[in-house]
Amino acid sequence: MKRILHAFFILASCLTINAYAADYSVNGFVQGNYSFGTETSNPDGGDFKWAEERAQLKVEGAQEPVRLFLKADIAFDHIDNDAEVELREAYIDLTRERWDLRAGRQIITWGLGDLVFINDVFPKDYEAFFSGRPLEYLKKGVDAVKAGFYPDIASFELVVVPFFEPNNFPDANRFWMFDPMSSVTDRTEEEPASTLKNTEVALRVYRDIAGFDTSIYLYKGFHREPSMLPDSLSSPSRIDLIYSELAVYGISLQRSALDGVAGFEAGYYDSLDDRNGSDPLIPNSQTRFLLSYQRQLIEDLSVTFQYYGEYMHDYSEYERTRVVSFPKKARYRDLTTLRLTYLLLHQNLRVQWFSFWSPADRDYLFNPEAKYNFSDNFWAALGANIFGGQEDTTQFGSLDRNDNLYMQARYEF
Amino acid sequence: MLRYLLLLVALLLPLNSFAITPEEVMKSSQAAFLYPGKDFKARVVMRLVSKSGSERARELTMLRKNYGETGGDQKYFMYFLRPADVKDMAFMVYKYPGKDDDRWLFVPALNMVRRIAAQDRRSSFVGSDFTYEDVSGRDIADDTHEITKEEKFGGSESYVVKSTPKAGDTDYGYKLSWIDKRTFLPLKEEYYDKRGTLYKVFTAEEIKEIKGFPTVVKRTMKNLQSGHSTETVFSKVDYNIGIEDSLFTERYLKQPPKKWLD
Repeated sequence: MKRILHAFFILASCLTINAYAADYSVNGFVQGNYSFGTETSNPDGGDFKWAEERAQLKVEGAQEPVRLFLKADIAFDHIDNDAEVELREAYIDLTRERWDLRAGRQIITWGLGDLVFINDVFPKDYEAFFSGRPLEYLKKGVDAVKAGFYPDIASFELVVVPFFEPNNFPDANRFWMFDPMSSVTDRTEEEPASTLKNTEVALRVYRDIAGFDTSIYLYKGFHREPSMLPDSLSSPSRIDLIYSELAVYGISLQRSALDGVAGFEAGYYDSLDDRNGSDPLIPNSQTRFLLSYQRQLIEDLSVTFQYYGEYMHDYSEYERTRVVSFPKKARYRDLTTLRLTYLLLHQNLRVQWFSFWSPADRDYLFNPEAKYNFSDNFWAALGANIFGGQEDTTQFGSLDRNDNLYMQARYEF
Repeated sequence: MLRYLLLLVALLLPLNSFAITPEEVMKSSQAAFLYPGKDFKARVVMRLVSKSGSERARELTMLRKNYGETGGDQKYFMYFLRPADVKDMAFMVYKYPGKDDDRWLFVPALNMVRRIAAQDRRSSFVGSDFTYEDVSGRDIADDTHEITKEEKFGGSESYVVKSTPKAGDTDYGYKLSWIDKRTFLPLKEEYYDKRGTLYKVFTAEEIKEIKGFPTVVKRTMKNLQSGHSTETVFSKVDYNIGIEDSLFTERYLKQPPKKWLD
């Protein structure tokens, strides 16, 4: 499949340059990105969470009604001492009056959460986020076809993803993390095969209802975080990492309110492989919701507060069947976020605070950052990720020893 | 007696028929400056110059469509071309008189549409010396207006209107506007702080007639306190081009149609 994709895009790029030479653009950047562990050395003895130089090229060509877009990175990683080429996005757009189509690798973002995702069921790169890479690297592209339909009654976005893409979690050589079965090193990851039955489908319907930006979401696919399936619970020697089936039904509403913007999002996570909650190795179904409020406090200073909750269904089944050596999950887990953004010096300096704090887990992630635009083409950012918590088994508590100080510098052209 | 009465009427008539209230001046000015045509398009280049002379540029395509009367609802669409870190960003504003705007921002790197809080129209527009209000207008009812004098300014007969915000939370104490009697465009505005010191000056530097609408195609806002100034040049200006309602939707925020962006 990859070969087909490559051939397709080489063909597409040739087309762009030859036939559509009149309307195409080339942009990009070169960037240095370094993140230094401030707490302790990494599990493999290194001190850097991230250290790379990277160049990105964005090529766009358009001839109504067709548009081609390609975004490719080439990077040199100083930690593993290797170079990589990454196709970030590569797609073709076809736009008509009442519908459009986008085929190829693309980044899709749904829902209204600020770094909290309910109906955004598309793949994320948490390693990028925890290592202090620019925020855009939190999102991973999917190889998909997206169709938009725009009748008067509402807008529809239908996404079909034939090739599964999991979330990316921090590398165990670079990050200290909790692992309930750390002694078992024989592990195989089993991604869902690219079959018709496994094809992921996501639908979003949206329109304005009484001043609310309203969306309804449906998804059928897989959890993007693997479940551990040991060959034996009492004396495991091998673990299969599998991605169990998932359906999500959700809604979001957002509008101006209380001198700011207020939002609500909710989703029911239907764990299709464990609907009654009795399989201890597969996540139970959940209801997740989010309340958000954003406002400007003074000129160029804005604040966003979010409250997120997830409620586990069939909790008694979970309690009855759970694996005792795994940390016990609570029936209800909540998480708050706070973002403060202050723009200074004619918006050339952006000082930002972002934090997660979970009242249920009593853990946190603090992320202060300052970004300065030295010119219209060159900017640099300095920031930190500070993790902690009461328990070393929770999401941020388990990352406690990974505090890092990061630097990003980018020249754009 | 009748003769005197007739004389009195004759004396009063021209005065009555030509007298214009300060609110009418401001309303006509708003119509000429911010509402001409059914819709409007321009390529906007802003040059931000600091006291020391260092420069930053912002470039965008601005589209506007009116809904209803002068002073009524408007929708704005802005598509950024420069600097590089905001290229392809798009910004959509629904402006309502007497109530907060609705604003949406499209972030291309994340393919994400964000609604943004917008209750402060006195905030700087993209870091320039212009505020959102300077770009899309201020409600006339928010100030009390008074014609302080009529004088020639830059060769044009103009009204000088003093506008004082009714609410105390505005960043300036009052504003003097020189409004051209013929075109009703603002030729100059002086902003005075709460102690009465002049600190910000707007100047319309070049006016062109486009499709019959006199248009300020070059304007400057200078902050006398910080020494920072912003020069804005409009090019490719056009009116009544038939911008569809469907443009002002999430669909086109994410994928702006090329035909409007040249």
